[in-house]
Amino acid sequence: MIKSLKAQHHNLSDTTTQLKILSNGIFGEGRLPTFRKKIEPLNEFPLKPAEIEIFQVNVGYMCNQVCKHCHVDAGPDRKEIMTRETMQLCLDIMKNSNILTLDLTGGAPEMNPDFRWFVEEANKIGVQEIIVRSNLTIILANPKYYDLPQFFRKNNVRVVSSLPFYQPDKTDRQRGEGVFAKSIEALNMLNKIGYGMPGTDLTLDLVYNPGGAFLPGNQAELERDFKKELKGHYGIEFNSLFTITNLPISRFLEFLIRTENYEEYMEKLVASFNPAAVKGVMCRNTISVDYDGYMYDCDFNQMLGLKVEKTAGQHIRDFDLKKLENRNIVISQHCYGCTAGAGSSCQGTVA
Amino acid sequence: MQKTYYDPADLKKFGDVAEFQPELAKKFFDYYGDVFKEGALTAREKSLIALAVSHAIQCPYCIDAYTSDSLEKGATEQQMMEAVHVTTAIRGGASLVHGVQMMNKVKKLSM
Repeated sequence: MIKSLKAQHHNLSDTTTQLKILSNGIFGEGRLPTFRKKIEPLNEFPLKPAEIEIFQVNVGYMCNQVCKHCHVDAGPDRKEIMTRETMQLCLDIMKNSNILTLDLTGGAPEMNPDFRWFVEEANKIGVQEIIVRSNLTIILANPKYYDLPQFFRKNNVRVVSSLPFYQPDKTDRQRGEGVFAKSIEALNMLNKIGYGMPGTDLTLDLVYNPGGAFLPGNQAELERDFKKELKGHYGIEFNSLFTITNLPISRFLEFLIRTENYEEYMEKLVASFNPAAVKGVMCRNTISVDYDGYMYDCDFNQMLGLKVEKTAGQHIRDFDLKKLENRNIVISQHCYGCTAGAGSSCQGTVA
Repeated sequence: MQKTYYDPADLKKFGDVAEFQPELAKKFFDYYGDVFKEGALTAREKSLIALAVSHAIQCPYCIDAYTSDSLEKGATEQQMMEAVHVTTAIRGGASLVHGVQMMNKVKKLSM
């Protein structure tokens, strides 16, 4: 099994190093405009949030997969994990606010020993929507996970799963040998109990991200291809396909630098900057929480160690919706990833 | 003047051709944009045709651009290589079919 950058003591596992790369070089020398420079003329600096609708909780960086593009640098060797006490603080926030969605991510969120407790408690307090970002293969990784599809259904969970392509080779190259076959098996299990099937309200969405240093294509067209191919070859159905742009963070940044694609990729992101996408960036309606209870403007900022600004209260113990909705969002050059083309977010395109 | 005829950086400057003749450039790029929109052919099919033509005319800029574009449109590597083989078959065939002309001439001249 490939080791995480952290376990390799790779210099890019250090967030300060990553942030320096994103600020120096082509941006430091002025060959490309910084993200701030790009949004200033649009009167979008400082970038401000709208109403917070999504509470995205990263319950730990442990994962059964080691995907080559992973911005979390997740893997079996990552031990960071959220405790039940921290989960309780999240539940208290959900209970006392009008935030609609609890969005659980990781790593593989299901590997947190308190994952099921968390989901059940969220249901009990009446959270309107619970999303689990499942990598699919976890369902088959160990007999103790085999009943996850039933657990999801029982708790009315919306399942959002990564599947970068509808054929094995591209998927396995990015996510690991055999991942595609297992993902198909897991999708079959989910379909069998009603997920993604017409006439049920059990939602199963798929996430596409490019298998390299290029941008995602048109979301609607890719969704049509995915539906046709997955249905035709494997009898699989799903609801929506979300296209997500790879952001230059952690393993994807390492890939870009190692393969000498970094500058060209950043040029492409900047050239594809879409002012309309700035309006819909997910940091406007999302708060991201790490395993320790600290808050970030998004999961990407979390992986770069960029907490929400101090005045907004940085820990969920100090959660104050008003302060958070008045904060300035922390930006750097990776933000270009969410504003390129049709834009990108955990819910797919935004423009 | 640069030392080589082709520079990858020039691809990004394609739009600069408007500097010397804006009206025609505008017409061309508007037309270009419309051509590649999804129509009776999907955007991916058009991208693969562009990739095949790029190889026929052996344009390095076009090969660069339409390799990325085909990947973005979700084309597989097999599809992309098959497109190049279509180019090859037509180019090869175009030479070979002239063999008939040669045969005709041979037959006319020979006793």
